[in-house]
Amino acid sequence: MKSYDTTIARRGAGLAEKKEKTSRRRMSRQTRENIFGYLFISPWIIGFLGLTLGPLLFSLFASFTDYNITSRMNFIGLDNFKRMFTIDDLFKTSLWNTLYYVLFSVPLTTAGAIFLSVLLNQKVRGMKFFRTLYYLPAILSGVAVYFLWMQLLSPSTGLVNTFLAWIGIEGPAWLFDPEWTKPALLLMKMWSVGGGMLLYLASLQGVSASLYEAADLDGAGVMQKFFYITLPMISPIIFFDVLTSTIGAFQIFQEAYVMTENGSGGPGNSLLFYNLHMWNNAFEVFDMGYASAMAWLLFIVVMVLTIINMKLGKKWVHYEGGDNK
Amino acid sequence: MRTAAAPKFYETKKFKDNLKQTIIFIVLLAGSVLVLSPLWWMISTSLKSPAEIAQYPPTFVPKEFHFSNYVEAWKTAPFTRWAMNTFFIALCGMAGSVLVNSLVAYAFAKIRFKGRNALFIVVLSTMLIPGFVTMVPQYILFSKLGWVNTYLPLIVPAFLGSAFFIFLLRQFMMSIPNELIEAAVLDGANHLQIWWHIMLPLTKPALITVAIFSFNGAWNDLLGPLLYINDESLYTLQIGLQTFKGTVQTQWHYLMAMSVMVLLPVVLLFFFFQKHFIEGSNIASGTKG
Repeated sequence: MKSYDTTIARRGAGLAEKKEKTSRRRMSRQTRENIFGYLFISPWIIGFLGLTLGPLLFSLFASFTDYNITSRMNFIGLDNFKRMFTIDDLFKTSLWNTLYYVLFSVPLTTAGAIFLSVLLNQKVRGMKFFRTLYYLPAILSGVAVYFLWMQLLSPSTGLVNTFLAWIGIEGPAWLFDPEWTKPALLLMKMWSVGGGMLLYLASLQGVSASLYEAADLDGAGVMQKFFYITLPMISPIIFFDVLTSTIGAFQIFQEAYVMTENGSGGPGNSLLFYNLHMWNNAFEVFDMGYASAMAWLLFIVVMVLTIINMKLGKKWVHYEGGDNK
Repeated sequence: MRTAAAPKFYETKKFKDNLKQTIIFIVLLAGSVLVLSPLWWMISTSLKSPAEIAQYPPTFVPKEFHFSNYVEAWKTAPFTRWAMNTFFIALCGMAGSVLVNSLVAYAFAKIRFKGRNALFIVVLSTMLIPGFVTMVPQYILFSKLGWVNTYLPLIVPAFLGSAFFIFLLRQFMMSIPNELIEAAVLDGANHLQIWWHIMLPLTKPALITVAIFSFNGAWNDLLGPLLYINDESLYTLQIGLQTFKGTVQTQWHYLMAMSVMVLLPVVLLFFFFQKHFIEGSNIASGTKG
């Protein structure tokens, strides 16, 4: 106890001494913090200005022109935007395909991840092994995985239809049938639902056991506990997951590009997603002005949805302790 | 008489718990088969002969193991070159990500400079901007700089910070006590020294996480190479694999063999650094730190 007091006293004396020194240099201390702070974040500032803000403004400007990378930029007003909704039929197709995908993939993957995380939060033998195993597909991505699924979904000799045949269902032609191409992608997404599972698992482990014990005393059933305790307690993570996966789902591109012969859009253009159409306009025919207009429309749609999400989030997201951060 | 009053064995809590656990165990086991079967299928297909792949009903275990598929496929295209290219890009990007993002994160976590909080909100909000919105202008910028068909557009951005990594590292650094830094300041250290000598060693687990995520991202990146790389000799594995499909068409034994090879480094990385993968996802979601 005594030694503790003396350390404090000594530290106090040291501080007083320093204070005298620093008061003379107080201004310079703050200036130094400013200089170091901005020096340290300067790479990010350069990146932000050069690779984010600059490009954003440039594409806003380009969206009102007929720029094609080699030409001069001729101002054409709102023609690009008019073209999307009046002339370009593929635009509507791509928008519809993308909305379809977002509308199904976000709820399915969210529900799947929550269900899986609840299962993996039980006390069962070998749980660590199961968690690793279910997470594994989430780290696998890229062309190899798309090839794998093209093989799995092969109508006659693929694993999926072989499995369906076992249980007496005649599987569809998946990637060759315009009706089934998007469900095929959804199936592939569900395989890697373990990535989201991990987020929920960490959150579930933070839910206090006393809440469940209290509910047990009140005679609550499994479903009641899930809907009245578990879901509200993990709602901040659900919110985060829905927000980011919506933004992600709007940007679906690689899957469609690889699985449809270099971005052709698949049978009946059923996999021509928004970004694929934009890509084709920008880098196949170099219609940069039109592509920029498409990019900005996407940006606005995503922003509006994000704002709606955040407004709605205030209603259903439960923050423990009530701090709305 | 007393024994009769005791609950029947299937009414006891212990039995119910055991039953519940057994059911969950069986469900998880069945799910594991579903999760693993695609990977098994990939390996199995890669070892089959073309005739066996076309056969109906398909076989689960190859009748003969054609390991030569791997050698033949690897020789069909310059995969060695592409693998070296990919490693080079991924390692450069990894170095940039670790150094730059930790420097930026340190400033946001521990240096009290003017406008810090406002700028950090800007960092966070850039995560909500779809990457496709800036893609066209970035391409124009890099092509005007003459960087098309070089690795610069794939590597330089890694040295300019990433909002996700900055956020992840900042969360981690916030949990390191300020007293440590103040003590170092009193000893006359400047922030560069504190970052290098104190912060980097203390945040090693988070830095490894960033390194792995960054390597993984570069390894799996198709979009970047697709946009900027034209020469076949400069291809990465992702774009190489994509063009390989054009070469071998539907020779699935070759395609699956090469897919296994491309996924292998990522799987190895995952098994060696599992903890970091899992912690990275958790810190980033704000559930920890």
